[in-house]
Amino acid sequence: MTIRRHHDMGGLDAGTVEPVEHDYAIWEKRVDAIVKLMSTEDRPYLSTDELRRGIEELGPGVYDELNYYERWISSATNLMLEKGVFSVKELGRKMADVESRWQAAGAKPQ
Amino acid sequence: MSPHDGPGHDHEHDHGPHPYQPDIEDSGYTERMVMAQAVEELLIEKGIITADEMRAQVELMDSREPALGAKVVARAWADPAFKQRLLEDVNKAAAEMDIDTGHIPIRAVENTPDVHNVIVCTLCSCYPRLLIGLPPDWYKSRAYRSRTVREPRVVLAEFGTEIADDVEVRVHDSTADLRYMVLPMRPAGTDDWDEDRLAELVNRDSMIGVSLASEPK
Repeated sequence: MTIRRHHDMGGLDAGTVEPVEHDYAIWEKRVDAIVKLMSTEDRPYLSTDELRRGIEELGPGVYDELNYYERWISSATNLMLEKGVFSVKELGRKMADVESRWQAAGAKPQ
Repeated sequence: MSPHDGPGHDHEHDHGPHPYQPDIEDSGYTERMVMAQAVEELLIEKGIITADEMRAQVELMDSREPALGAKVVARAWADPAFKQRLLEDVNKAAAEMDIDTGHIPIRAVENTPDVHNVIVCTLCSCYPRLLIGLPPDWYKSRAYRSRTVREPRVVLAEFGTEIADDVEVRVHDSTADLRYMVLPMRPAGTDDWDEDRLAELVNRDSMIGVSLASEPK
């Protein structure tokens, strides 16, 4: 018997397919754009396989908690940290900066 | 509602980093949204990408809709020589129609009276996105990914598509390196129709294979 990883779900039992459509939010489109722009020939930072590996490595808990583009940005960010595109410190500082700007503009965390 | 009508659509034509976004204003932000914004700003500040490239990329994906794939299918129905070329190489055939489908090969699988094809990506969400746009949520759902390879007829029935027992159902599991599109069967009663009219019968789900092309009204 093969041991499956959590993303490898082909053939497993699951519920009814709910015909849910989706209007992509702007932030999701921008995550999509970041990933595409960082996987071009002159910017070979993220390949599709690497992105998927990064998503699979999020682990079962996080994988199921996050929605689709949250998984993408998590994986892409980890890969870019791994490759030294930016540092943990730079990212942390920038995230604090973004959050305080958003809060100043009246946005609230979910 | 089409993806173009989503909240904040007009916003993406603005320049530079976005301090405030309508989708965040409406429903609050998550840590990953903050992360996405931070990463975008870092990459722009470091000169790795530009704000213009970001905008162009978002616009490129916004321009990819099922209608694009529908045009290709309609041409294949109307022009047997084109259909042959499409079955040999989708990316090349689409390029004849000035549709750039990128470097990942897409293979067309043709429905016939004896064979019905359906596509899935069990491992993630691979999809011919440059030909028919971003996938619907259900395509990425656990239920669809898990069950389509095991009981495709049951899954198809959930979409209202009953496939006769004497028709073979073939399931194609997409990968990062090979995508599929279904070439649905041309509906009867459309013999004298031109491509534009035919294209209206090609719905998105028929190119995924969970439904058939629409019947002429």
